[in-house]
Amino acid sequence: MDHLLTAVAWGAALLQALLYAALAPLLIGWIRKLKALLQNRRGAPVLQTWRDLRKLLVKEARVAHAASPLFRAAPYIVFVTTWLAAATVPLVAVSLPTAAIADIIVLVGLLALARFFLALAGMDIGTAFGGMGASREMLVSALAEPAMLMAVFTLAMSAHSTNLASVIDYQLGTFALRPSYLFALGGLILVAIAETGRIPVDNPATHLELTMIHEAMLLEYSGRHLALMEWAAQIKLLLYGALIANIFFPWGIARSFAPAALGIGLAAVVLKLLVLGAALALVETVLAKMRLFRAPEFLNLALLLALLGLLSQVILEVGT
Amino acid sequence: MNAHVALSLAALAVLLALLSSVVSVFAVRAPYIVRTLVMPLFGLAGLAALAAGLVALLQDSAATATLPMGLPWLPSRVRLDALSGFFLGVIGVVSIAVGLYGPAYVRGFEHGRDSLTALGAFAGLFLAGMLMVVLADDAFLFMVSWEVMSLSSYFLVAFQHENAANRRAAFLYLLMAHIGGLAILLGYGVLASFGGGFAFEAMRAAPLSPGWASVAFVLAFIGFGMKAGLVPLHAWLPEAHPVAPSHISALMSGVMLKVAVYGFIRFVFDLIGDVQWQWGVAVLVIGGVSALTGVLAALLQTDLKRLLAYSSVENLGIIFIGLGLALVFLGTGHAPLGTLAFVAALYHVLNHALFKGLLFLGAGAILHSTHERDLEQMGGLLRRMPWTGLFFLLGCISISALPPFNGFVSEWLTFQAALQAWQLESGVLRSLIPIVSAVLALTGALVAATFVKVYGVAFLGQARSRHVRRARQVPFGMRAGQGWLAGLCLLFGVLPTAVIGVIDGVPRQLLGAGLPQAAAHGWLWLTPVSPAAASYSAPLVVVLLALLAALALWSLRRGAVQRVRRCDAWDCGFAQPTPRMQYTATAFAQPIRQVFALLFHIEESVGQREDGALRYQLNIGDRSWGLFYAPVMRAVESASRRVVRLQSGNVRVYLGWTLATLVVLLWIIS
Repeated sequence: MDHLLTAVAWGAALLQALLYAALAPLLIGWIRKLKALLQNRRGAPVLQTWRDLRKLLVKEARVAHAASPLFRAAPYIVFVTTWLAAATVPLVAVSLPTAAIADIIVLVGLLALARFFLALAGMDIGTAFGGMGASREMLVSALAEPAMLMAVFTLAMSAHSTNLASVIDYQLGTFALRPSYLFALGGLILVAIAETGRIPVDNPATHLELTMIHEAMLLEYSGRHLALMEWAAQIKLLLYGALIANIFFPWGIARSFAPAALGIGLAAVVLKLLVLGAALALVETVLAKMRLFRAPEFLNLALLLALLGLLSQVILEVGT
Repeated sequence: MNAHVALSLAALAVLLALLSSVVSVFAVRAPYIVRTLVMPLFGLAGLAALAAGLVALLQDSAATATLPMGLPWLPSRVRLDALSGFFLGVIGVVSIAVGLYGPAYVRGFEHGRDSLTALGAFAGLFLAGMLMVVLADDAFLFMVSWEVMSLSSYFLVAFQHENAANRRAAFLYLLMAHIGGLAILLGYGVLASFGGGFAFEAMRAAPLSPGWASVAFVLAFIGFGMKAGLVPLHAWLPEAHPVAPSHISALMSGVMLKVAVYGFIRFVFDLIGDVQWQWGVAVLVIGGVSALTGVLAALLQTDLKRLLAYSSVENLGIIFIGLGLALVFLGTGHAPLGTLAFVAALYHVLNHALFKGLLFLGAGAILHSTHERDLEQMGGLLRRMPWTGLFFLLGCISISALPPFNGFVSEWLTFQAALQAWQLESGVLRSLIPIVSAVLALTGALVAATFVKVYGVAFLGQARSRHVRRARQVPFGMRAGQGWLAGLCLLFGVLPTAVIGVIDGVPRQLLGAGLPQAAAHGWLWLTPVSPAAASYSAPLVVVLLALLAALALWSLRRGAVQRVRRCDAWDCGFAQPTPRMQYTATAFAQPIRQVFALLFHIEESVGQREDGALRYQLNIGDRSWGLFYAPVMRAVESASRRVVRLQSGNVRVYLGWTLATLVVLLWIIS
């Protein structure tokens, strides 16, 4: 364990955490831009999300009379927890100390902690929309979280480790297109779409009252509170993107802290994320949002895929 | 030397519990004595039990003693080893909280009709019974203590007996406790007849054939599983636990269920000894079913204490998943993995005692200050009762298995054990364990939904009724009891390596090997298998969360407007929200209810009242009544109807039957 606690590794981990915070709005900006282009609009510049965040951060926050202290604490808890969760997912370099501190299960747990407070914040003022959003968010997560765990367990079972860095190392060492990976990839993509509130499960652009999930919980937030909540959601999207990109397509990720390797790693991950973002924009343009009660079917598919992946791993591939 | 210290402390705990029971007699004349003397003695008994447990856990050998009581040919013997010590500690921790909490809580009964003498006397007996079950070293003393525990808790369930529903719940509890007790007795009978004695020592040495060992296992699983509230034998639990006074509910759900787990572990892992992996499969499946149906039933409840009781079914399911994994791994010869799963189960035993005790005490605090158990009437309690609100929040986070709290650690360990399934040779087991872990993951996510519902509806939003709007802070003692448990929830979540270092004595003595690799890399790191396979550092997670929070706060201080202006709620610009417009507990659970509708017996109807208003009715039934209990009841009834034919009313016929039975029995024996 001690070799991980070197200053270089911690410096890289800190830089990577900052990189997550910096890149997350850009990924959203990129997706929005592409969606606009696909819809024959010109769209806002990619940097617009950054400007929005900055504007919200300096604005005065307004809080409803009925709000409890939990309402004001929640944005900080949600943001910091999501940020720490992201910091445990290798983005540019693999062997980070944060991956040893928190393995895949802790990552899922941290995201669940953030969601717990997000849902509570939605219910705090006592408005109808907040409760509605919280109820639906917990429905989606109740079905998505096991699927996510099963998908990552498939990889953990092959790598014999729940440490994300070990899983990626294993992938780099012996890459083979196994059936279990395809199932897990399919499951994880569906989970990522559901958990980050994208079409067809939720629509991030909507403020149509009855279709909201994620936005409904944020309705009462403003100013820096809103900025932190939005930023956390953006980091979560980047986290899922990095998870999919670096586990299933690990090529290019830096295995040492040499500047050249880090440079290649950064370029590779940016490229992968651009492609994933483009795919998401395309999917969101072609598909329509589902009714809420179709979402469980969608998530059951994710759970089924992930479980199939796990079963095919333990039945077919053990010992290979 | 030290071994006797532990045993003396345990004896002191039992005596203090009995003393608190005896002293309660004076409450007939002076009700205040329960508050001033009985409850403090109860808490001291808990303290002594905790101390005894800690000393015993740190010992390498067991201490035994012979009591000056028992049968002529079977003097009662007690034995305190690490396993007993661990459970003594669990009992002690919650009893301390109850001792702190109780005085203020029972004050509410001083002017009521219910007898405080009964409350104090049976609570003390109940605690003494639980302590003696854990200490007993022969089947006779075990069963006597077990019945003391069951019977005294029956009287506690029936405490407010004016209410017919409470009497019914208590009777159901008594009935089930006796059926379970019968199964346990038969299980001990199997071991005793092979071992040639009722002492546990003789039973350990019993040469059991695999078939008879399985019979004994099945009997023990039914008996202890019934007490532990495993599905489908759980139906009594959500009826009985909520109707007892809240501090007793905390003891019943937090501790008594653990005594059943203790009995199961003692019987299967210690007395039978040679476990078979097939048993593990049965335990895994039952545990998984209990976990999932328990949490789904909890999610649909609107009565807070009933919800917590169903959630106990779920948590006991998780504990039995851990024990099932341990049986599978031990039965197939993977001892280190079996130890890991066993430690995970023990850790969850401890955690569930802490957070379920805490949540029941919180529910009691709400009941004390608002006289309300129905979630649909609550709301906004966080502002009225900030301390209870804070502690309850910590309990909700812990039970939802979220890092860095304690519930997460045991769930993490269980997952780590399940993830080692690839080492098994059998393909069936390799695929069963991942399915069970999927059930566990689904359970975890549904628990989070359940407790978001509980906390959001009860403590956040606006009050839904007048008496809840006027709720007041509960007295200091009640807050202290909750604070003690909440603090331990956080502590045991942040320092898992140290806790496992202490628990480790149990598998070392019971299974022959501990989990040395878990703490091999210092107190910061928890590495249950090896650092390459998995590591978790809860202290560093907390430190990093704090650092990132400081970083975020510091950077926001620069530039941002610090002021926060209060205004009306926005709510998409609709009319000013009223408390009635909030999402209710039923509404919150509706989407999940719809998804899992098949598992429940749901009756939903919309009609009109006389005054023209719409009336919505929802009844949610437990399917186990229809699927399991009703057939058993019908069978018993029809069998009784046949037996009734013997009852002619003629004494000579009865004497004839007696004689015939006697002859047949003599013929069998000869």
